[in-house]
Amino acid sequence: MQWTTRVNEAYRTLKSPVQRAKYLLEMNGVDVGFETNTQMPTEFLLRQLELREALAGAKQPAALHELLVQVRREQRLLEQGIAQLIDGRKDYAAAAGEVRKLMFLDKLAGEIDQAYERVE
Amino acid sequence: MPLLQISEPGQSAAPHQQRLAVGIDLGTTNSLVATVRSGVATVLPDEQGHALLPSIVRYLPDGRTEVGYAAQARQADDPKNTIASVKRFMGRGIKDVAHAENMAYDFVDAPGMVQLRTAAGVKSPVEVSAEILKVLRRRAELSLGGELAGAVITVPSYFDDAQRQATKDAAQLAGLNVLRLLNEPTAAAIAYGLEHAAEGVYAVYDLGGGTFDISILRLAKGVFEVVATNGDSLLGGDDFDQRLFCWVVEDAKLPPLNARDMRALLVKSREAKESLTTHAEARITARLSGGDVVDVTLGAEKFCQITQTLVHKTLGPMRKALRDAGLGVDEVEGVVMVGGATRMPQIQRAVGEFFRRDPLNNLDPDKVVALGAAMQANVLAGNKPAGEDWLLLDVIPLSLGIETMGGLAERIIPRNSTIPVARAQEFTTFKDGQTGMSFHVVQGERELVADSRSLARFELKGIPPMAAGAARIRVTFQVDADGLLSVAAKEGTTGVEASVVVKPSYGLADADIERMLRDSYEHAKDDMHSRALHEARVEAQRLLEAVRAALAADAALLSAAEREAIERQAAALAAVASANDHRAIKQASEALNRATEEFAGRRMDAGVKRALAGKRIASLDL
Repeated sequence: MQWTTRVNEAYRTLKSPVQRAKYLLEMNGVDVGFETNTQMPTEFLLRQLELREALAGAKQPAALHELLVQVRREQRLLEQGIAQLIDGRKDYAAAAGEVRKLMFLDKLAGEIDQAYERVE
Repeated sequence: MPLLQISEPGQSAAPHQQRLAVGIDLGTTNSLVATVRSGVATVLPDEQGHALLPSIVRYLPDGRTEVGYAAQARQADDPKNTIASVKRFMGRGIKDVAHAENMAYDFVDAPGMVQLRTAAGVKSPVEVSAEILKVLRRRAELSLGGELAGAVITVPSYFDDAQRQATKDAAQLAGLNVLRLLNEPTAAAIAYGLEHAAEGVYAVYDLGGGTFDISILRLAKGVFEVVATNGDSLLGGDDFDQRLFCWVVEDAKLPPLNARDMRALLVKSREAKESLTTHAEARITARLSGGDVVDVTLGAEKFCQITQTLVHKTLGPMRKALRDAGLGVDEVEGVVMVGGATRMPQIQRAVGEFFRRDPLNNLDPDKVVALGAAMQANVLAGNKPAGEDWLLLDVIPLSLGIETMGGLAERIIPRNSTIPVARAQEFTTFKDGQTGMSFHVVQGERELVADSRSLARFELKGIPPMAAGAARIRVTFQVDADGLLSVAAKEGTTGVEASVVVKPSYGLADADIERMLRDSYEHAKDDMHSRALHEARVEAQRLLEAVRAALAADAALLSAAEREAIERQAAALAAVASANDHRAIKQASEALNRATEEFAGRRMDAGVKRALAGKRIASLDL
């Protein structure tokens, strides 16, 4: 059972872009430092505020769906960027910053998910 | 010497080659048992040829039970003691039971599960379910001719930990070795996927008697991966019956009904619902105990109208499951319909509209789950045939978490995590010198513990006294392949492993199981008796057929008087065989054997003569 659990853990890690990125960075000695490093580019933070305001204002499932589509689009773009940094340029420090952004969006996606429970 | 039956050499199977394993669909309305024989999964019928066993148990005052069709026939006469749809009460408290006031049962609000007061005493849903499982177990053992190595029992994928534990306890009580608890939609996907060599993303829409599951699976190269699952464990065909029942009461302006009338009308409502699947109209007639006559007719459209909200209730879970899977309806290859309730035209329409494609109904919605379970059982028992390799990856349906300060539920293992899964979380002490910690384990998606299902509370004692916040307590959550949770805690800084007791909020304490097993031993004698009776009957039947065949072939070897004597004995056996005295049947069988000894001898001689007729000794291979 231990082995099966570990295999599932590995599968889960590799399946999720964020988990996979974190793992690859760890292997190259870079800690993403989500809790410790709170510095984020202003542009990014403003965008997050915008999205969160939209979330607070969404009273219909359709509005939430719209928002989710947007967030997913931005997540895809970030993932592509991270892929270039890690696989292409091997710039792990820069990648760590981008992964933190991705984690922000993941958290937002989770909150959108919670919001569905309230409006559906 | 009795009539001999000689089989072809090489036809009897080597006893140690196949381990007997079965799949059991313990359904709300009907239960089934299936097995894989010669590489084919088949449902095992009862002696009358019925594949389905109604999940109905009737308790008689002397402690005996009737299970299945016999109980079903008497439910309107004896409503309090005839328990139907017990699955709806497994792992549930009284407040979870919907429409409790419309049910004829005598509920007992107990700190564990809700209990039922019957003529044979207070029974737990676990005991009632065990009675159903016992019948299926016996059916399988008689049919397969041996003891079972184990069984795979199916549960709705949306069943929580308490409901799963209850199911496992019931199986243990019935003397079954549970190989795995398998989710019903997953079982159906296996049966469907293996049957059609399907590849791609499939949805399974499973609407049973009391539960609704929607699972999204990815089938690829022999891997059945559940991507997401959702549902409603308190929604099923029964609710459609209830809705119709309420409509009848309103339409016919009936006064408050007694238990008998309630049950009678519910049964009629169900029949009407089923009839409306293929007819435009259904008529509900009944004579109530007060003498009043109920005679109402409703059309399919009206039925659709009054049950619309129920159909609608299945849409939310479908949307959520697709969201969790990160997929759109267009990416779903096909949607497989499972469960008797999916026969309703309005369900077929709603699902077709949602997925923008016709639902798949090629497999029998009543049997597909049991067949899939049998296939899994076959693999788990070690009978896997060479070249047939497939893997199952299932998930837990609901997030598991722990109560933290302020009554919040902190998620430790998210829903749709592939099982088995383990996750650890560190906790620390809140007060200086604190030596104990209590944990409240909950399940669900809500933020507040008050809105979540309470699974277990446990205490960690023996933490060495330290400053607040200094202790490092590592709590590990482990969900096994059955979807059952176990929690362990260990204090890290001093390396002290303290004892942990997990008290299930809706499980059965070991003492309860012991008591139930003890009670069942008292009835074991009855069980043995009925087993002996069945075996005697089967043997008698075989003997009578053999005699009949022999007389048809070689009656010429007997004088008229001899033939009459044999026929008299056969008639005597036939008469006794339908009664309940297994000893009398045995005696009559032996008498018939003795009466046909001489005949058997003559047949042998005649047979040998025929074989040797016209042959020379030299030409025989001796």
